[in-house]
Amino acid sequence: MNRIQKEANQESLLINMGPSHPAMHGTIRIMLELDGEVIRNSEVEVGYLHRGFEKTCEHKTYFNLLPYTDRLNYVSPLINNLAYVMTVEKMLEIETPDRAQYIRVIMSEFSRISDHLTALAAMTMECGAFTVFLYYIQAREEIWNFIEQTTGARMTTSYIRIGGVRADLHPDYKGLMDKAIKVTKRVLKDVTGLLNKNKIWIDRTRDVAVANPEMAVNYGFTGPCLRASGVSYDIRKAHPYLVYDQLEFEVPLGDKGDNFDRYMVRMKEMEQSMRIIEQAVEKMPESSSKDALMTKGIEPDEAIKASRSKKAEERVNLSPNLQGSEKDVRPDILVKGKKYTVPPKEDTYTNIEGLINHFKFFMSGHGIRPPKGDVYFSVEGGNGELGFYIVSDGTDKPYRLHLRAPCFHIVSALEEMIKGHYIADVIPTFGSTNMIGGELDR
Amino acid sequence: MGKIKPRAYYQETQNGGFIATKINYMLGWGRKYSLFHYPFITACCGMEYMSAACAHWDFDRFGVGMTTFSPRQADMLFVVGTISQKEAPVLKTVYDQMCEPKWVIACGACAVSGGIYDNYAVVQGIDKIIPVDVYIPGCPPRPETILNAIEKLQDKIQHQKQDWQWKIKK
Amino acid sequence: MENKKVIEALKKTFPGKVSEIPDRLGDTVVRIEKDAVLNIMEFLKNRPCEFTMLLDLTCVDYISSKDCFEMVYHLFSISTNNRIRIKSEVRKNELDIDSLSGLWKNANWLEREIFDMFGINFKGHPDMQRLFMYEGFEGYPLRKDYPLRKRQPKIPLRKKT
Repeated sequence: MNRIQKEANQESLLINMGPSHPAMHGTIRIMLELDGEVIRNSEVEVGYLHRGFEKTCEHKTYFNLLPYTDRLNYVSPLINNLAYVMTVEKMLEIETPDRAQYIRVIMSEFSRISDHLTALAAMTMECGAFTVFLYYIQAREEIWNFIEQTTGARMTTSYIRIGGVRADLHPDYKGLMDKAIKVTKRVLKDVTGLLNKNKIWIDRTRDVAVANPEMAVNYGFTGPCLRASGVSYDIRKAHPYLVYDQLEFEVPLGDKGDNFDRYMVRMKEMEQSMRIIEQAVEKMPESSSKDALMTKGIEPDEAIKASRSKKAEERVNLSPNLQGSEKDVRPDILVKGKKYTVPPKEDTYTNIEGLINHFKFFMSGHGIRPPKGDVYFSVEGGNGELGFYIVSDGTDKPYRLHLRAPCFHIVSALEEMIKGHYIADVIPTFGSTNMIGGELDR
Repeated sequence: MGKIKPRAYYQETQNGGFIATKINYMLGWGRKYSLFHYPFITACCGMEYMSAACAHWDFDRFGVGMTTFSPRQADMLFVVGTISQKEAPVLKTVYDQMCEPKWVIACGACAVSGGIYDNYAVVQGIDKIIPVDVYIPGCPPRPETILNAIEKLQDKIQHQKQDWQWKIKK
Repeated sequence: MENKKVIEALKKTFPGKVSEIPDRLGDTVVRIEKDAVLNIMEFLKNRPCEFTMLLDLTCVDYISSKDCFEMVYHLFSISTNNRIRIKSEVRKNELDIDSLSGLWKNANWLEREIFDMFGINFKGHPDMQRLFMYEGFEGYPLRKDYPLRKRQPKIPLRKKT
């Protein structure tokens, strides 16, 4: 028997919005006790996407568990990678090169835009605005095209590695990046015209599910939901990480904390993210070996044969999968040091030190072994403060890894937010909290 | 001298007479181009499903565009994403509520075989619970892969034995 | 209020129950006794420390090495921009601790998750139920002695009425 079945009145109607439902967010079960159409009480049941992430991570090495972190908040995948990698870097006390930091900022801001686009697309589609959904997904496709050109995958990329990033930006990245920004700006302008002064939208979202500042702080809200209630807290300004202290941007705030404010804060944050990207592209240091990449090198099997007699000095042509991670661009994108990163492929196959480093990195029991202790680090994710707490006991596998999921705290307030409203108000409320199943249930 | 073969109208082939195969063909053509699908979306593959459904890689032009959220009105179940042990009874209930004829597509590595999650909380492949027609590999599969899977399912529907002949109950 | 002053005030108000753990990375970490958890948290939430947000509440299994579970609390103060980490040990033979759901409302779900995954009981919690696993699940998954790939006994599909 659930709690709501025990506490309900005899005359009220119990309705189940079950785990498989049209809202495009994930599997969650909301049980409502209704008095006509007004919600008297509710109970939220989660755990339908519990995949055992924390337990799995205790059995994998620090390098191997990177793909698991991609699949946590799957609408903004590069930010999860970043949070995990920066926690491990804090534990190992290493600094990444400048160009890698700027690339990380660009990628994580594009992920943030993609997160807000998907969240608002789902929220507006469920309220009936189907055109807005199609516009947003079109903008998201352009962003994913840009991400695919550099990282190789549209969604689950595993691009941000311990010590830097996996590969440098593609030589022709500007074309797709400008197109993505142009299409996003046009889409935002269209949607602002469609929805901001639309009477139906304002009636459905204004003064619904108000979260006042004390309640928001007490529940542990962070991110756009907290800023919509009026509390100004953004980790990029309060505890700046990467190069955010050298970039200029604003943090938009709402005043009431209702659904409309959460929508407006996300729309404005997308514009600020594009501003950050444009500044980062200007300030990024030049790649130190741009001309070297233009010359053709020798084929791999010739290089291996030549290296048997003397040390290899010429450039080697690598396969297209490894484009961007050649030895010449290594100092820009990855930290120097054989303990934390995979050695470049040219070294692995042509000289003995590279082979030994590669072998020792992947051998079980060796590899990345942080000193004993525990650490907590957090970044500003699409939903709020995404933090990792890692306990290390000196071996190559984490002893305990815990994720501070931002939407866990926001969804725990859902029961209180929808009390007293109509059943049709559950949909925009639930949409504006941007619940992502992979993060909530881990 | 062998028996004279009867006319083509009654000619016995593997699938039945001429009329029977033609009706089979027509039913198959009708069923494959008007699929109502129920998207049972749980996890990350849902993002690629959204991309396959929207304007760039539209799957509406294949006839699969009508998304229905009631299993009683659906004839194809699109299982997208990881199925955990807690979700498995829900999936079985939804599958049981659909009416014959019905088909199931398992989209993504987690639905096919449990994916990268081999632990206490994940069902290692939905074919442990319900029968599956098409398996789509990938983590997540690209939208073009999903479109290819829909084409394969349509091939299967066209060529399978359509269940229309009157059955005499014994 | 600065973190150093917070620790001095804590040591003055609760003598013998608070000890600071030196951290090589610069975080502020404090260890407290289990029976003073509720009082210390209330002191930290109000003025002048003003740690108004409970960021996270988690648990680590040290049964094999120290024979206890360790609860870890992360608190945050928006007005002074300070963070603090508080640890408290729970012995194996008395697996219960006071609940913080009266002070911070998100502690409700966080403690339900720890009960589900580790089996620690929280005194004073309004609704102690499993959060992630289904009804009828046996065992506590995140303990070290629970194998990763363990399969559960079958439960009936629908409740027999």
